[in-house]
Amino acid sequence: MGNMRRLGLNVGLCVLLGSVLVLAACGTYDTTPKVAGGDPTRGRVALQGYGCEACHAIPGVGNTNAMVGPPLEHFANRRFIAGELSNEPDNLIKWILNPQSVEPGIDMPNLDVSEAAARDMAAYLYTLK
Amino acid sequence: MNLCRPKRGMIFCALVLFLTECATPSFIPGSSATPPVILPQGTAAQTNDVIEIFAHQWWWELNYPDQQVTTANEIHIPVGRPVELQFKAEDVTGIFWMSELNRIIGLFPKTTTTTVIEATQAGTFRGTCAEFCGVSPAQMSLLVIADPPDQFNAWLAQQRQIPPELTDETLRTGQQAFLGSACVYCHTVKGTNATGTLGPDLTHLMSRKTIGAGTLPNTRGNLAGWIVNAQDIKPGNKMPPMQLESDQLQALLAYLESLK
Repeated sequence: MGNMRRLGLNVGLCVLLGSVLVLAACGTYDTTPKVAGGDPTRGRVALQGYGCEACHAIPGVGNTNAMVGPPLEHFANRRFIAGELSNEPDNLIKWILNPQSVEPGIDMPNLDVSEAAARDMAAYLYTLK
Repeated sequence: MNLCRPKRGMIFCALVLFLTECATPSFIPGSSATPPVILPQGTAAQTNDVIEIFAHQWWWELNYPDQQVTTANEIHIPVGRPVELQFKAEDVTGIFWMSELNRIIGLFPKTTTTTVIEATQAGTFRGTCAEFCGVSPAQMSLLVIADPPDQFNAWLAQQRQIPPELTDETLRTGQQAFLGSACVYCHTVKGTNATGTLGPDLTHLMSRKTIGAGTLPNTRGNLAGWIVNAQDIKPGNKMPPMQLESDQLQALLAYLESLK
């Protein structure tokens, strides 16, 4: 086989291999839940404003020493909320708005969070990979 | 190493007091239309408005002796009237620093330090402890709220009230949780058997803007975290973590929120 042909074959193989890799990467889905109408920047402020930092250690939100409730680091990767609801936006918003209705008597109080604030909080929590 | 040596503290405090009290005006900056009220050092208050301020580790006990009002961490003063502040410290020396009202005051055990202030406009001003005496002085603030006179009188009247007997079932359960646990060893709620004085009086807890002496805004979420483990929020303060069942906590929160 001539040098030029060998070179051509090598380049062609590289292109083929490269395409396969790129296509394989495209097949990796972004599984971050999307919260319609939720703004993570506002959500971060809301989490502090409603006092969530007093019980939860949340990256980027105030003092992160609290261990009354579970730490919320990597929250986006959790499969369940409070061991009871599957972790997806509607459930998370429902939980934030009224945890006492999901698990009556649980330690997390109802904090009269507005629907908009709950949406924003959920959007922020889903940035915590 | 004893970081709270009275003698060194006294010399420092006396020096600071001298430098800042000499012809220091007491006024609220930001109001160019209203001239400041300048009260020279040593001015007698000529006022009935006296507030006793006891510095504890790490909170401020407040007493209006002529008004039968006791509260903590947040004082209200009337706009346009001089008010005499009498600072006392129980066990350590301290410095009370309130830059917006132009005061820095040394506090010494068994001694009363007096200063007179006057607000020329309404507003909220923050003073803080400025002497290292352990873990928590950085989280020991005192809010000074200047109210128009009629609002001030309304606040006084509210602070004098004793909470009535409870009829609501949830509130009674919460009150039982409060009275049946260690809370009563440190806190007072007028009209109940809770007469502890190691911590702030909680009779009108919800009338205050902050908890933990200015550490966090006074909201249900922050209150929940504070009650369960105040050490996470203000390490070294004298309130221990509380062992509570979660339904007890919900009832307790409802009860505390009724203490307006």
